[in-house]
Amino acid sequence: MNARKHSRRVAWPRRMVHLILIVLALVFLTLFLLLPLATVFVEAFRQGIGPYLEAIKEPEALSAIQLTLLVAAIAVPMNVVFGVAAAWAMTRFEFRGKALLGAFIDLPFSVSPVVSGLVYVLLFGAQGWFGPWLDHHGIKIIFAVPGLVLATMFVTLPFVARELIPLMQSQGSEEEEAARVLGASGWQMFFRVTLPNIRWALLYGVLLCNARAMGEFGAVSVVSGHIRGLTTTMPLEVEMRYNEYEYVGAFAVASLLALLALVTLAVKTLLEWRYGDEIAAHAPGGH
Amino acid sequence: MLELSRLHRRFAGFQALDDVSLDIAPGEFLALLGPSGSGKTTLLRILAGLDYPDSGSVLRNGDDFLATPARERRIGMVFQHYALFRHLTVIENIAFGLRVRPWRSRPSRSEIRARVDRLLRRVQLDGLGTRYPTQLSGGQRQRVALARALAVEPDMLLLDEPFGALDAQVRVALRRWLRELHEELGLTSIFVTHDQEEALELADRVAVMNKGRIEQVGPPEVIYQQPATPFVCEFIGKVNRFSVRRHAGGFAAAGWMPEGDPWQGRFTEAVAYVRPEQLRLATPSSLPAWQAHLRHIYLAGGVAHLDLHVASLDLALEADVASEDLSRFGLQLGMELRVAPRSVVMFPLDGKGEPLSEERWIWHARSPVPA
Repeated sequence: MNARKHSRRVAWPRRMVHLILIVLALVFLTLFLLLPLATVFVEAFRQGIGPYLEAIKEPEALSAIQLTLLVAAIAVPMNVVFGVAAAWAMTRFEFRGKALLGAFIDLPFSVSPVVSGLVYVLLFGAQGWFGPWLDHHGIKIIFAVPGLVLATMFVTLPFVARELIPLMQSQGSEEEEAARVLGASGWQMFFRVTLPNIRWALLYGVLLCNARAMGEFGAVSVVSGHIRGLTTTMPLEVEMRYNEYEYVGAFAVASLLALLALVTLAVKTLLEWRYGDEIAAHAPGGH
Repeated sequence: MLELSRLHRRFAGFQALDDVSLDIAPGEFLALLGPSGSGKTTLLRILAGLDYPDSGSVLRNGDDFLATPARERRIGMVFQHYALFRHLTVIENIAFGLRVRPWRSRPSRSEIRARVDRLLRRVQLDGLGTRYPTQLSGGQRQRVALARALAVEPDMLLLDEPFGALDAQVRVALRRWLRELHEELGLTSIFVTHDQEEALELADRVAVMNKGRIEQVGPPEVIYQQPATPFVCEFIGKVNRFSVRRHAGGFAAAGWMPEGDPWQGRFTEAVAYVRPEQLRLATPSSLPAWQAHLRHIYLAGGVAHLDLHVASLDLALEADVASEDLSRFGLQLGMELRVAPRSVVMFPLDGKGEPLSEERWIWHARSPVPA
């Protein structure tokens, strides 16, 4: 109400600026976000729903979906554990090399995913440092599922920790200390005090981490070896189909990835709407 | 009986506790008073089991208290910013300490509920049990924090700046209430504060801390009237400081002379402290006094603070008198007064100019004539 009353009184040059900025933002969003997203679905359904479903039901597509889910199902929980542990260490302890740990957590953000993929090839590949040893023991990492999981974990490593660190910093450790003095064990303190206080940030971090884990292309592409039906995740499958001029197939799988993005967004919005009060109460300075 | 002896604690580049020894009697209300960085909170955290000393020991009835884990110390703690669990209601906050107990020693649900209800009544928060901490005022939060600490039936209550975050009015009301509660429950209570008024009003004994050391421990009136060190003089209450020098077999400061010399000529200079209410304003001419110029009168309710200047010492003095004395003495701005101390605390200076606390001399005027 207030805002509207106010905007009516705003002098016209300022109103023009408002208008220009809003239009600019909308045009930008439409051109660079909505249009490409729509294109994905338009292309996927270009020949109707039948060919779309056919393209998804192909064994290669199904195995790519399965593999993507598997990789995310391993990488995301691992990153949750790492993220919480790292955030805890960064915000609750004083130790030598803390700044270094902080920088390392950010490393995957600044390194090209292709490079991180290559690093794993250099380490675990046939000619890599540990290659001969691994080969001797019959363990396959590169061009196999473990390599995909490692590469995915590497690129998604910062997501959870980076969400938690600022929050845990601003919340401080007084509540945890109160729990300890009241007689809580370490686990009780974590599950009854720490976790409830960080749950929304953690969930948000998990959503982002998951979206990236399923959508990652570069690092995964290097370690995958592109063996169809075995080491091909959804983004890789999209690229391979596209390169083979299978447009409907490529966009059909791409539409699934786009859908994932939309679902992530929807869940996030839903959470914010449903638990808005609580999230606000947990925001820094909200107590 | 809690015996703290020779505690040391060092943080990066900063000595938080430097050889602290202290005995705490059961049932006493002890204040740890000092400026920030004096080590008082560190001492409290060590008792709470949230920190450990680098060396030294804490014994409770002869048992090693430091080896006892925090959860077995039977301690209730109220944190400076209360540290209420923000995702839990008032009831859940208070019940926390009971609910986290191993099931063998955990009271039943109905027992917990009954105990929480009793505590809510005791801290005058009945009806607010389902609120969240964000929905409470500062004073209410403090009482929830207190109820939560009391729920585990502690032997000892630790309070870190318990009134620091409250308005002045709420603060005074709450501290009287806390004092009554302490007497009712018969707990040992230890609280940390930087507010000397709070410490003097509330505590049975006050430990004044500075730079990680305890400067003086004693009942409030002893701390106030017989400060043991220059730091205690300056930190507690208001005080005027001047120096006295050796003169004709005794000590003097510009015409004013305390009788005698307890140091028997060993020192030539001393630092002297006199409280504003210990200055006599209309000294008879038979007694030595300073000529002082009345520069300002600050009227603060029942008390008037006088800003005096002693030209012979080039010293600004503050004197306190009851407001009604202003007219009784006919005090007016700009007038000259004969001012002399009635009671002075003096510390001699050693060769390097450092005051020697152990050589303290408390001087009182021989025949106390009313001001």
